[in-house]
Amino acid sequence: MSERYTSTAKALHWLMAVLFFGLLALGFYMHDLPLSPEKLKLYSWHKWAGVTAFLLVWVRLFWRLTHRPPALPASMPRALQFAAHAGHFLLYALMFAIPLSGWLMSSAKGFQTVWFGVLPIPDLLNKNKELGDLLQTVHMSLNLLFVATIVGHVGAALKHHFIDKDDILTRMLPVHSREN
Amino acid sequence: MQRLAFAFSCTLATALSAHAVEYTQVQADKSSIQFTYKQMGVAVDGRFKRFSSQIAFDPAKPATARAAFDVELASVDTGAAEGDEEVAGKAWFNTRAFPTARFVSGSVKALGGNRYEVAGQLSIKGRTQDVVVPATFTAQGNSGVFDGSFTIRRADFAIGEGSWAKFDVVANDVQIRFRISAAGK
Repeated sequence: MSERYTSTAKALHWLMAVLFFGLLALGFYMHDLPLSPEKLKLYSWHKWAGVTAFLLVWVRLFWRLTHRPPALPASMPRALQFAAHAGHFLLYALMFAIPLSGWLMSSAKGFQTVWFGVLPIPDLLNKNKELGDLLQTVHMSLNLLFVATIVGHVGAALKHHFIDKDDILTRMLPVHSREN
Repeated sequence: MQRLAFAFSCTLATALSAHAVEYTQVQADKSSIQFTYKQMGVAVDGRFKRFSSQIAFDPAKPATARAAFDVELASVDTGAAEGDEEVAGKAWFNTRAFPTARFVSGSVKALGGNRYEVAGQLSIKGRTQDVVVPATFTAQGNSGVFDGSFTIRRADFAIGEGSWAKFDVVANDVQIRFRISAAGK
C-alpha cells in the first residue's frame, strides 16, 4: 500500500477544489443579481463549469476506486477514522448530486444546458415550473450542505497539521515533504 | 350517360359547397402564439397567453382572405418570471406605452396544396414592418387549423434596447409560431 497519493489524485483534488470553489462563489453571487446580459452570461458559465465538474468527478471516482489512497494514521481513534471516511463519502456524493440537481433544474425550468455554447446536453426532464422551483431548492440545500462539509474537511486537515502534527495535509500537497 | 353527367354535377356541387365554408370563428382555447429565442446560444421557448384575432378564410377564395391579430404583450411568458417582468419594461416591449402588437394581413397567395403565403404588416412598439408569413390550412371537421411560423429580427422593432441591444447574449432572430383554430359557418 502506498504512503502517498498519486500525482493524478492530487491533480484532480486541487483542480476540483478550485473549480468547486469558483462554482460555489459564482452560484451564490449570481442568483440574486437583477436580470441583465451579464447575469445570463454568468448563468451559462456556471452551467458549463458545472458540466465540466460533473465529468471530472466520474474520472475522479474511477481513479479513487482503482488507486487505493494512503491509510489514515493508526494513531487516529476509530470514531475519527469513521468520521473521516463518512466525510469523504459525503463529499463524493455531493460532487455527483449537485451538478446533477443543477442539470435537472435547468431541464425542468426549460433552459437547456449547452456545454460551452456548442454541445447540447439532453434535457432529462420536461418543462415543469413547480418541479423546477423544487429542484432549485434542492440544488441550493445541497450546496449549503456542501459548504458545511468543505468547512469540516478543511478544518480537519488543518487540525491534523497543526494539532496532531501528522502528514494528512502535507501528503495531499502538490510537492510532498518527506520529513516527519 | 345523362344520368352519369347529372351524378357528376351533383358531386361537383357538393364539393363546391363544402369549399364555400368560410372560417371566421376563432377558437381561442385551441389557438396559440409561441416564440423561440436564443440566449447564449440556447433555444428557449416562450408564448403569449392573451391575444385576439379576426379571420375570414374561404379555401375556395384564398385571395380574399383576411386576418388580423392583436397580441397583449404584457401576457408574455418568457420561461422565467424575472424574464416576463424584464421584457414588459421600457428596454423591451415597453408595454405601458405600447400594450399590443398588431398584425394585419394584406395579400394572400395560394402556393398549392394546403400552403399559403400571407403578406402583411406587423406593428410592435410603434414600428411597422412588412412581413411574409407562410401558413398551412387543415380542415378538421367543422373547423380549420392554420399553422405557420416566421422569423423576425427584434432589432427591427427596438425590442431589447440599451444593454440588451447587442446580440451576444440574446440573439436578434426570434421565431414566431402560431396555431389558429377557427370554426366555419
